[in-house]
Amino acid sequence: MTWVPTPYRVVARTVETHDSATLTLRPVAESLPGFRPGQFAMLYAHGVGEVPISISAIPGDGTLVHTIRAVGAVSRALHDAEPGTVIGARGPFGTAWQLDGVEDLLVVAGGIGLAPLRPVLGHLSKRTVLIAGARTPQDLLYKDELGQLSSVDTVLTVDHGDHDWHGRVGFVTEPLASLPFDPERTTALLCGPEPMMRFCARTLLGRGLAPDRIQVSLERNMQCGIGVCGHCQLGPLLLCRDGPVTGYPTARPLLSAKEL
Amino acid sequence: MTIPMADLDTLPLLTNLSHTQRAAVAGVSRIESYDSGTRLFEEGGLADQCWVVLSGCVVVDTVVPSRGRVAVQSIGPGELLGWSWLVPPYRWHFGATVVSPTRAAVVDTGALRQLADEDPAFGYQLSLILIDALLNRLQATRLRLLDLYGNPA
Amino acid sequence: MASQVFDLSGLDALIGVLRADGRVVVGPLLRDDAITLAEVKSATDLPSGWGVEIGPGHYRVRRRTDTAVFGHSAGPQSWKRFLHPPHRTLMSSDSSGFHAVQDDTPDYAFLGVRACDLAAIGKLRQITGGRAPFVVAAQCTEPGEVCFCTSMGCGPAAGPGYDIALTERIDEQGQRFLATSGTAEGAAVLARVPAREAVPEDIALAEQDVDAAARNMGRAMPELDLRDLLAAGRDSAHWEAVAERCLTCGNCTMVCPTCFCVSVEDHTDLDGNAERAQRWASCFEIDFSYLHGGAVRTSGAARYRQWMTHKLGTWHDQFGTSGCVGCGRCIAWCPAGIDITEEAAVLSQTMKHGGDRR
Repeated sequence: MTWVPTPYRVVARTVETHDSATLTLRPVAESLPGFRPGQFAMLYAHGVGEVPISISAIPGDGTLVHTIRAVGAVSRALHDAEPGTVIGARGPFGTAWQLDGVEDLLVVAGGIGLAPLRPVLGHLSKRTVLIAGARTPQDLLYKDELGQLSSVDTVLTVDHGDHDWHGRVGFVTEPLASLPFDPERTTALLCGPEPMMRFCARTLLGRGLAPDRIQVSLERNMQCGIGVCGHCQLGPLLLCRDGPVTGYPTARPLLSAKEL
Repeated sequence: MTIPMADLDTLPLLTNLSHTQRAAVAGVSRIESYDSGTRLFEEGGLADQCWVVLSGCVVVDTVVPSRGRVAVQSIGPGELLGWSWLVPPYRWHFGATVVSPTRAAVVDTGALRQLADEDPAFGYQLSLILIDALLNRLQATRLRLLDLYGNPA
Repeated sequence: MASQVFDLSGLDALIGVLRADGRVVVGPLLRDDAITLAEVKSATDLPSGWGVEIGPGHYRVRRRTDTAVFGHSAGPQSWKRFLHPPHRTLMSSDSSGFHAVQDDTPDYAFLGVRACDLAAIGKLRQITGGRAPFVVAAQCTEPGEVCFCTSMGCGPAAGPGYDIALTERIDEQGQRFLATSGTAEGAAVLARVPAREAVPEDIALAEQDVDAAARNMGRAMPELDLRDLLAAGRDSAHWEAVAERCLTCGNCTMVCPTCFCVSVEDHTDLDGNAERAQRWASCFEIDFSYLHGGAVRTSGAARYRQWMTHKLGTWHDQFGTSGCVGCGRCIAWCPAGIDITEEAAVLSQTMKHGGDRR
């Protein structure tokens, strides 16, 4: 039954920022099939509702790891779930980051957009550059962990710095514009607010990267996860089924249309 | 003085200059290394240089009462630091501090302006490069104004 | 497939056979001054002698001069309400866990399914799944004023998917139905209905009536690639023009036999038990496209564009077919009388004249 969630118990809760927390979920009995980076689960808080949340780590032991930002009633309830709480999960849903044949990897994330990209970092023996943006240093996810990823060159940038901040102040498009990379070898993965992805993609095209070497993760109102509720339409796409990860050639005309 | 030709050749910023034009820029430039904390210029000071950061990071700041120096913009590898030398009265609008060990090409902007005046073709290419860099900075600033990562709830 | 002919008593016998097999037979029924769909227990429940008068924003039942039972075109309801009910519980949650909801959908037999609606059932079930109903189609011999199934390739002859197809005819030989089975199950049911073998003339007359209906359509979609038109017309100024008339009431989506969108809602009781349920939703609702922070499609123009583009265009991308069957319900039940065929025609005209962009 696709509508009935599988029960998972919160076994760990890590506070990431003032509004985001990472939950580690262990199946109460049965577990869901394996997730691939970029895919999402529908997480259910008893009596409150269900929201789509990307998988933010894949430990491979049957646990689910999700970073949840409290932006509404349901995400608040999930964000606040203490260890021991049972929540429901359905999935895996949607498309994954296409990593087959990837050589150099360029990962650009904004805000909570880093969560769906985290499973990609450090799990490939490829040269990986990460550019991550956030509102303030306190809003940056996974700060300690990112510092320890030796295989990833990381550039962190914030809109507003403070006295303790020694990273960059600015927008992710700036390091992107001057970063040395080989357009013939590089694949770019973008996840964040739509304007951020549009501008990043344009910067990358300007640097000679072919559109089909750019992947983006898109978001619309997802309620069913299985392409039957109609809410997540973006032009020809049902994003819960045809997304969230799509190639930029597909996304480009859709991102530039108003109120689509 | 080091002629930083090899460094300048690798910069995406200058790819639209011919080799000869890059050599001209190199001719009025030198490579400098700075420790963290080095103050490069102060608000109101004479703007007679600009920097192309090769590695490290510099922060542009301004003073806000009760908050001290507030960072408004970082300049990282491959990026240009300093515009105020372009137009009169050639005074810095902001200050700048090195925040991590930084290596940069320092350009004598008086000499650079003279080169541009003498060779309009070079001057035009230089203007395009500066406008491109300015546009990137302006767009990034506008995107920050959107407060895209702000909590919508 | 073998064909046979029976009269109203034969039709009654057919209903009896279907009911005897445990099916709930749903068919047309006159109620509240409209031809609705509800359980029929005998042929006498059918709206004998009732027709309809339909136009943009207009629907009236009228007395016919004959006793035809299928002499009316699409009404306010469609078979969607049985295959994809307006409200359905999805699961329940309590302290012992999450529970599936028992499917209490009866074994339906649909009687008098028009060609357009037969196509709609196929398109809807492709998305929503569920048990297949037994379908007794009624081929269309008298299309209504807002019908355009021919131009959508969905009628008036019943396409694939029926178990039995009926063609009603009333002439000097009386009222009778030519019945043709489309499946083995249909043939087995028909074998239990008293009837005479069809002769070539019965079949020729039925074909002639249905062919005539194809030439009598009230409307037609413009003959062009609608998918291309809608894709190219995304930025047309025409959407603003429609929005000036559209009330964004969502009637078109409710009466559409293929509009499948649902919203999922949570209900809790004071004992701490919770239920998740879906209800019909409309892309005309502001919150339909809600993302944290606000709705994506707030203007009426964007919402009408979404509905029409999805129905005629992007449905192809998503499901490999058009979402429109040409039943005309959205035209009849639009309080502003907006006509999807006319809007498609105007859009194609504006595109021809340089595709004025907003």
